[in-house]
Amino acid sequence: MTGLNYTRFELKRAFRNRRFFMFSFGFPLVLYYLIAAPQRNTHNLAGTGISAPLYYMLGLASFGTMASMISSGGRIAGERQAGWTRQLRITPLSPRAYFRAKVIASYAMAITSMLLLYIAGTTLGVSLSARVWLEMTGLILVALLPFAALGITLGHLMNVDSVGPLTGGLVAILAFLSGTWFPLTHGFLYDVGQYIPGYWIVQARDIAYHGHGWTTKGWAVVVIWTLVLVILARIAYRRDTQRV
Amino acid sequence: MEPTIELQGLVKTYPGGPHGPVRAVRGIDLSIARGETVALLGPNGAGKSTTIDMMLGLSRPDSGTVSVFGRSPREAVDAGAVGAMLQTGELIRDLSVRELIALVGSLYQRSMPLDEVIGLAGLSNVADRRTQKLSGGQAQRARFAIALVPDPELLVLDEPTVAMDAQGRRDFWLAMREYAARGRTVLFATHYLEEADANADRAVLMASGEIVADGPTTEIKARVGTRTIRVTLPLATAEELEALPGVGSTERHGEAVTLRCADSDAALRALLERYPAARDIEVVGAGLEEAFLELTADIADGSSSETRMGATR
Repeated sequence: MTGLNYTRFELKRAFRNRRFFMFSFGFPLVLYYLIAAPQRNTHNLAGTGISAPLYYMLGLASFGTMASMISSGGRIAGERQAGWTRQLRITPLSPRAYFRAKVIASYAMAITSMLLLYIAGTTLGVSLSARVWLEMTGLILVALLPFAALGITLGHLMNVDSVGPLTGGLVAILAFLSGTWFPLTHGFLYDVGQYIPGYWIVQARDIAYHGHGWTTKGWAVVVIWTLVLVILARIAYRRDTQRV
Repeated sequence: MEPTIELQGLVKTYPGGPHGPVRAVRGIDLSIARGETVALLGPNGAGKSTTIDMMLGLSRPDSGTVSVFGRSPREAVDAGAVGAMLQTGELIRDLSVRELIALVGSLYQRSMPLDEVIGLAGLSNVADRRTQKLSGGQAQRARFAIALVPDPELLVLDEPTVAMDAQGRRDFWLAMREYAARGRTVLFATHYLEEADANADRAVLMASGEIVADGPTTEIKARVGTRTIRVTLPLATAEELEALPGVGSTERHGEAVTLRCADSDAALRALLERYPAARDIEVVGAGLEEAFLELTADIADGSSSETRMGATR
């Protein structure tokens, strides 16, 4: 399977890029300890019903995983600018296999980031049953689908110079609206945030609290964003490859 | 024999340059037989890369057809029949040269053994180096290796020696000829006449999106006029000078005369004998750029090359 081989090399490359590795996994961890460690004895954070270490574990997982997924945008834009994408077009590798490799590599990084935060969480006293860990993780992985498509879209719309600042800024805003830095319980941010898939990553905590996952609204937000962004990614890819 | 590449009536126009649409390729017919080594020559902007892009299926012609081994470029590429080194392109980082070649090899049903590719492209001593640590010339060779990976019947090289030093160029062409000697078809674009002369059986000259000459390299060389004599000579008329043996055309700016010569040796002997007052004599090889202007002018407006040359100066 040619596509799988490409994925294997893509993963190898992703994990060899040390600087990227350090920043994309290091930042969320450092921020987690800075925010959650001083509040490690807060058992009901701002009326959410869950402890500060658990809340921020998910908050920063939302931040870290979104950043990992969108980072494929920078990688794609770079490979386009370098002419590598054109070189690949004169091999039998299909665009579908190329994107699959990018998405799988993004997921691998997102999962790594998430697992590191889980470990950090347990050091601050987060303790959940195996079922809760698994279901929570499952929901997070689903909520990342739209960001996989967003990375591909940005990779084809932006050039190398603009994609870095754009994705950095975008992740900061998305994290803010998702409740990474503090719980959103009411008001304007809460109204907007609910329509952002990242918000539902943080809401995956409901499994720990109520024992059930997302509301219908949560599923709808994630599914609709995924569909919209997949369509946008296709348009961006078509436009881009017809021009060259 | 079945042709490797068959281009018919190929036209490509790009929208919106600074001066309106750019007619990059204006109707090209070309047929290349199996086993030929063909140089695609022309100045920058002649349409070489656009033509190559269409051959490889990277861009779609506005009209006309491209057939590679009797199939569409996409089908030929999927079958591993075509390898190409594009004009621009960097290597992806964080892989060793060996891994990069293995990666590309894994995309094909059948590929050349890894060590054979590495040897052929002259990469043995840097095979374990990360791609981002290669010199310009080594990176070019790695890109050549990528083109060789499927062991293609048709090898397309778009200005392959751009970043190479003199030794690098020599090694590169040696490797290319070694590959061509296996009976493979090679098409390479260049704007160096010498490269075409030394490495191709046939040259196709492009200018302004058209093919202006096509034939054995020896024939093309004879056509472009090999040398130019510059001389300060107040008295002689253009007719008298053009009558000298070996002189093709002349041009005068005040007392300075330029003679474009097919045989500069004969022309110089005759010139000195007839006009002992001639001074400040310089003999220079004709620049390819000039030769192309001359050939284009013949095609574009049908007038003599001399007037066109004067006008473009």
